[in-house]
Amino acid sequence: MIVAERKPVSEIRDLIAPHDRVLFLGCGTCVTVCMAGGAREVSLMAAVVRMAAELGGRTGLVIEEATVERQCEILFLDPIAEQAAGYDAICSFGCGAGVQHVAARLPQTPVHPGLDTQFLGVLEGDGVWAERCAGCGSCRLAEFSGLCPIARCAKRLLNGPCGGSQVGRCEIDPALPCAWQLIYERARAVGALDRLQGVAEVQEWGKALDGGPRRVVRGDQSIADLRR
Amino acid sequence: MSDRHQGAPSTAGWDPVIVAFASHYCAYAAADLAGVLRLQCSPNVRVIRMPCTGKVESIYIVRAFEKGADGVIVAGCLEGGCHHVEGNLRARRRVERVQALLGEIGIESERLGMYDLSSAQGTRFAEIVNEMNDRVAKLGPSPLRVARQRVEPRVVAVAATKGDPP
Ligand code: SF4
Ligand code: SF4
Ligand code: FES
Repeated sequence: MIVAERKPVSEIRDLIAPHDRVLFLGCGTCVTVCMAGGAREVSLMAAVVRMAAELGGRTGLVIEEATVERQCEILFLDPIAEQAAGYDAICSFGCGAGVQHVAARLPQTPVHPGLDTQFLGVLEGDGVWAERCAGCGSCRLAEFSGLCPIARCAKRLLNGPCGGSQVGRCEIDPALPCAWQLIYERARAVGALDRLQGVAEVQEWGKALDGGPRRVVRGDQSIADLRR
Repeated sequence: MSDRHQGAPSTAGWDPVIVAFASHYCAYAAADLAGVLRLQCSPNVRVIRMPCTGKVESIYIVRAFEKGADGVIVAGCLEGGCHHVEGNLRARRRVERVQALLGEIGIESERLGMYDLSSAQGTRFAEIVNEMNDRVAKLGPSPLRVARQRVEPRVVAVAATKGDPP
């Protein structure tokens, strides 16, 4: 899932300071399950930001709430587009993609981000989310027995470990397991140590964000060009 | 909240408004017992019966403050004795989170407290209420009430907002 965290209340309060009627818009998918931007969190943030504004001496601020299934699909945004005329601005609690898609759907309405989007990750334990994939565009997991050194090694080493790995911990942050230790252990467990014998090829970074904004096109999903 | 509590321009004659979310199986029964025992207990507490403190969503607490409460008590079963097993442990964490949120916007986190007690502890219930009452009396009215009074002499009730959990 895409993992995000809420922004500080003061930042959200300041973002919406120029507006009188604001819609706090949640997203019902990734950010709901990472407890950052679903209906529950949006309702809590709306109340807290309203109070923060009042405590700062603001009057007349109206914050209302709505949550759509997914902000990153335009069809789900149609009902919001109908309501949008009633608001001076929207504060989106979707991931960064959601915020931009809401803005694209509402060309005349200021749209602000309520979250700091973090990474693609997993739920590692109760209340702990951890990064697992950096969306590099050319997945190398097969070479590393299913653990990603790009997302999980602090130095992104494809030929690790570095010299700093100590008793299984990363030298950059001892709170983190050394990704290369994990890769080695798993390779041994699945009988794939031989895959670590060679030198890993250079990553094709042109397929990652470094190559510019990316898109995925599936021609079979569109019949627009077949319509008369 | 009665009008008496709203919009008093100074703290003179001010009665703190305290909301207590009490678990049906323990704290609520203890409150009942406190009544039966005719214990001295501050009259300005509004007790809201919950099936378990685990049902106390963070927004319920925040909404109580938004509507003008000066203090909020979440009172559940003794740890280990929750009728719904671990509801009171979840409630404790939520209370801690809401305390941090309140602190973030400048409302004293001590205005919110989590307590555990058994249904037999009527005296303890009275103590908890009196303790919160004293604490809030020392802190004065909620900063939110103070801010509202600066703006206008009467507190305007906050309308329930779309998206409130049912
Ligand atoms: S190799 Fe690339 S696509 Fe595969 S997990 Fe790592 S970052 Fe993600
Ligand atoms: S200690 Fe391990 S995870 Fe940390 S930088 Fe070195 S190889 Fe990467
Ligand atoms: S039943 Fe009393 S706190 Fe859960």
